[in-house]
Amino acid sequence: MSEKTSDIDISYVAYLARLGLTEAEAAQFSAQLKDILKAVEKLNELDVTNVEPTAHAVPLTNVLRKDEVQPSIASADVMRNAPQQARGLFIVPKIVEQG
Amino acid sequence: MTLHTQTIHELRAQLRRSKVSAREVTQALLDRIAALDRKLKAYIWLNRDDALAQAEAIDRTGAAKDGKPLAGVPIAIKDLINVEGQPCTCASKILQGYVAPYDAFVIRQLREAGAVLLGRTNMDEFAMGSSTENSSWGVTRNPWDLERIPGGSSGGSAAAVAADEAIAAIGTDTGGSIRQPAALCGCVGLKPTYGRVSRYGLVAFASSLDQIGPFTKDVEDCAILLGVLAGHDVKDSTSVAQAVPDYTRALGKSVKGLRVGIPKEYFIAGTDREVAAAVRGAIQKLQSLGAEIVELSLPHTEYAVAVYYLIATAEASANLARFDGVRYGLRVAGDDPIEMYRRTRGAGFGPEVKRRIILGTYALSAGYYDAYYLKAQKARTLIRRDFEKAFEKCDVIVTPTSPTAAFKAGEKMDDPLQMYLSDVFTLSVNLAGICGISIPCGFTTRPKLPIGLQIMGKPFGEEMILRVAHAYEQATEWHLQRPNL
Repeated sequence: MSEKTSDIDISYVAYLARLGLTEAEAAQFSAQLKDILKAVEKLNELDVTNVEPTAHAVPLTNVLRKDEVQPSIASADVMRNAPQQARGLFIVPKIVEQG
Repeated sequence: MTLHTQTIHELRAQLRRSKVSAREVTQALLDRIAALDRKLKAYIWLNRDDALAQAEAIDRTGAAKDGKPLAGVPIAIKDLINVEGQPCTCASKILQGYVAPYDAFVIRQLREAGAVLLGRTNMDEFAMGSSTENSSWGVTRNPWDLERIPGGSSGGSAAAVAADEAIAAIGTDTGGSIRQPAALCGCVGLKPTYGRVSRYGLVAFASSLDQIGPFTKDVEDCAILLGVLAGHDVKDSTSVAQAVPDYTRALGKSVKGLRVGIPKEYFIAGTDREVAAAVRGAIQKLQSLGAEIVELSLPHTEYAVAVYYLIATAEASANLARFDGVRYGLRVAGDDPIEMYRRTRGAGFGPEVKRRIILGTYALSAGYYDAYYLKAQKARTLIRRDFEKAFEKCDVIVTPTSPTAAFKAGEKMDDPLQMYLSDVFTLSVNLAGICGISIPCGFTTRPKLPIGLQIMGKPFGEEMILRVAHAYEQATEWHLQRPNL
């Protein structure tokens, strides 16, 4: 991973994250992330071949519960937090091109 | 008698015998907050009428006489746990105006136990930080020195308890966010074993690391409050179906013959001289109380910061994708959905949150996943195994909680790496999924600032760390000292 840290394409990563950055932020984060990634390269010292990854510290698998109908939060209570809504629906900018 | 300085166990006795009412206690806390919080800024939201109404309901129903464990006890809540009808902003502009439509599991437990939910405490935005300076609503001050930070990310909760603005408080700990501010403010803070407390209703930062836990004035209160928070919940599939013991029964037992592990990697150059001396003194104290000291090694400690910042940011970048301006919180209009997401998130998130989303997205992106995220998860296994081996030789592990006492506001804000290093002694506990507590073990001299002792335990070993913490606390008087405010 060492060769690649210098060329982190901040605008591409910001695009993947759907995160708008100002030019000043992009420049500042680029420099800081370079330092952080350099520090993270310490992991290169470790030989982790044949080591299983840990996703969760508590080894629980396939936790299931009965599929029962239960009361849930009322739609009106949920919609109260919506920035834009009408008739119980969230309003968003147009997604599909007009045909 | 001053009510705001009391502990849970002291208040409980008086409430049960009707020597004092829940309303009087809540009013005393509200008065204290009104007098002090202008300079401390521990709280970011308070509803006095609602708090008093809760207290009056407790008085009416006689919940204290019924033996409810927290009946009439005012407790402050970190601003990332949902309380129905209250804001839950995570100290972020992106959640400004959001009103929680439901109670988190721990809030239901607290209500059931008779607690009065006092208000919402300040924090680093989305729990990302170690100083509470990354809040969109202002900086919380350390009660021991107002020029200094209270630690973070649960800095508001720690400061509120240390300044007697709450009898106890709830926080969350992803890499040290309960234990580090507890140490820096001079109170008791416990991070439970992963899976001990349900995360339902907690706004997720790093789902494989987050745990909710208590801030209290002493170890007995910590045991009482943990007993209320802990428990299995079908709504959090990572919560473990293991019976909750009466943690207070672990208290008052001797540490004679217990093996206390001292990992050499935690006693290194870089730790403040007075912090190191105080922790050494605490170890000697445990030894004089009959504990056996076992020198040991946690060889992968030096990799913990790198592992933590890859895993925590990767998980955060996924968890925070939900803040897109569609269903709740801030929306900044855009011509198409992607533009709307980018503008909303660009305007709503603060710098540290953006930095971590970028780092996490990068670590998970095509071509880098194996080199960063997967490698970090494998290294996490090595850190976990270090602890498994260590706990074959000892019952608890004792270290400093943080390498320094509280630092000055602004001191580390321009250098994220330096800020990350203030969690160097706490984050392995989250990576390994074990439990840990921080208790006061001394003070620096000029200025006088609290120092924290960290006691780590095996998975579901909360009784053991509480037992050792209580034995130490009862043999010392650090926890009785209060800041001059």
